[in-house]
Amino acid sequence: MSILVNADSKVICQGFTGKQGTFHSEQCLAYGTKLVGGVTPGRAGQTHLGLPVFNTVRDAVSATGASVTMIYVPAPFAADAILEAADAGIELIVCITEGIPVLDMLKVKTALTDHYPQTRLIGPNCPGIITPGACKIGIMPGMIHRQGRIGIVSRSGTLTYEAVAETSANGLGQSTCIGIGGDPIHGMNFIDCLELFQADPQTEGIVLVGEIGGTDEEEAADYIKASVTKPVVAYIAGVTAPPGKRMGHAGAIISGGKGTAADKFAALKAAGVTLAKNPTEIGQRIFECLN
Amino acid sequence: MNIHEYQAKQLFKQYGIPVPNGQAAFGADEAKQLAQTLGGDAWMVKAQVHAGGRGKAGGVKRADSLDKVGEITQALIGTQLVTHQTGAHGQPINGVLIENLTAIQSELYLSLLVDRATNRVAVIASRAGGMDIEAVAAETPEKIIHITIDPIIGISAYQCREIAFALGLEAEQRKELTIMLFNLYRLFLDKDLSLVEINPLIITNDGHLLALDAKINIDDNALYRHKDLAALYDPSQEDEKEHKAREFDLNYVALDGDIACMVNGAGLAMATMDVIKMRGGEPANFLDVGGGTTAEKVTGAFKIILSDPKVKAILVNIFGGIVRCDLIAEGVIYAIKETGTNLPVVVRLEGTHVDKGKALLKESGLAVISADNLDEAAQKVVKAVKG
Repeated sequence: MSILVNADSKVICQGFTGKQGTFHSEQCLAYGTKLVGGVTPGRAGQTHLGLPVFNTVRDAVSATGASVTMIYVPAPFAADAILEAADAGIELIVCITEGIPVLDMLKVKTALTDHYPQTRLIGPNCPGIITPGACKIGIMPGMIHRQGRIGIVSRSGTLTYEAVAETSANGLGQSTCIGIGGDPIHGMNFIDCLELFQADPQTEGIVLVGEIGGTDEEEAADYIKASVTKPVVAYIAGVTAPPGKRMGHAGAIISGGKGTAADKFAALKAAGVTLAKNPTEIGQRIFECLN
Repeated sequence: MNIHEYQAKQLFKQYGIPVPNGQAAFGADEAKQLAQTLGGDAWMVKAQVHAGGRGKAGGVKRADSLDKVGEITQALIGTQLVTHQTGAHGQPINGVLIENLTAIQSELYLSLLVDRATNRVAVIASRAGGMDIEAVAAETPEKIIHITIDPIIGISAYQCREIAFALGLEAEQRKELTIMLFNLYRLFLDKDLSLVEINPLIITNDGHLLALDAKINIDDNALYRHKDLAALYDPSQEDEKEHKAREFDLNYVALDGDIACMVNGAGLAMATMDVIKMRGGEPANFLDVGGGTTAEKVTGAFKIILSDPKVKAILVNIFGGIVRCDLIAEGVIYAIKETGTNLPVVVRLEGTHVDKGKALLKESGLAVISADNLDEAAQKVVKAVKG
């Protein structure tokens, strides 16, 4: 078991023939992901990386039976790509694209909630999702992952890799790793992922990697207290970040005194979560929790 | 991206949002002339900087004669204005806004912003105008009115009425507020704003609503479709190093410490600062070099880091996913040679092609200190600075 994706997940790529789409589709194929085709408007009938290209997501879904898409479409067109995927009946949309205008995402978020409540969106501005040994959808380096017992959910790309490397090194491995992205308006949040990890028999422990900005971590803490029985280790980045400054991610900003790392650590601690004060402690902490 | 008050008020005018009569001036003579053209017998001279708290800091002054307008302008332009929102160094005043003095009956607060908790645009209003709204929210939350707008429906008249009644407005003012909110929402959407704030929104002596101040923040991600607004970017209001970083497409934020860092990924860059601090050092900056890093980008990053005279050591922390460690190593070697720096450089590489990267650094003959994980790297760099 794992969550959301496994060896049988049929995946398409939007922005398939572009530079990013091509490079990462090759990597995903090499990892063993069941990539079954891609979408580039106006290129239907062509073959790319040995796979069929379609004009629309609807065509791709009806020809291949895909239920998952990964999006590398440039930012000005990415919100439209998400809506197209949802409307074509895709169940899981993974949007890697960085730099989508916030008001575009606001509309997408409302449309998904109101009209496509069954559709799940991961991202945007995220590394993607991977179930080690089975299915890699995104830009993470496949070789650092090991099949195993820990579920990882994170707002940051490279910090996810740190958590992965730590849990690979101590032999625990990962069930599924999800990067939910660094944008203020995004798809799945910590709670959505925690719920799935809690229900997944393969996942024995959970690592949550947060950062400054917003209140997602505080909400996750309330949820963990009420509904998560598996051990959770949390790390929050940005203790030294100055207020009012955007720290790389559009969503990583302390505004109006809200969204500080200290608040988030405190909320998680009060919920019984084990804290890692340093990312190099993540592996050790979750190991201790399980033994 | 922020713009100046006078630029925000020009947008207000275009969208039918009432503002005082006024215009920007960039010298004392021009200011006097403008005041004369505006007419009246009293004016406000307002320093134009990208920061709040200007009034308390002496950046907003009343002038009762044309000569006084000239004098105040002369005294302000060319100086740095230090407010509670700027650093100790302040922001340079290059221009002032000259406006007719307006008699105020009462001061309100009004803003629209992207509310991430509800995934909507929110309207925030309060009777406690002219004050720090964050303090009002913290101390007297009952004075804050908060409504959110469904992006599919748009703003509704009943929502405007709810706000107007809560603000205690009279019949004519309620109509004015409704029109103002519809216009503000249209402006917000048209220009991809992330914040528009009027503090204070005043009721004039003759009972009308007027935007006495105007603050606008534009979503950086959307600037590609607003070339006119992108052109308003004012580098003089930015930290020089942050401005330079923008040219190299790097995410840089200046801090006060002496240990510089260069990292790939925003989360890891914050974590690197945190661990430096935890190990007894002080980070000099946040710097995310991003995904598609090249030797030029690494060199650019080094140049920005080294332009900060406080910096005594550099920590390079890379977890290569898409980024290959050997390319980063080449970039670091090139950058050290190109800049000729003799500061201690600690490098931690992990991920794609890590062995090749480490070998390249070793073979380079440069005095680079190698580390195997972030914590070790932080301890080594702190030791290099403190001995």
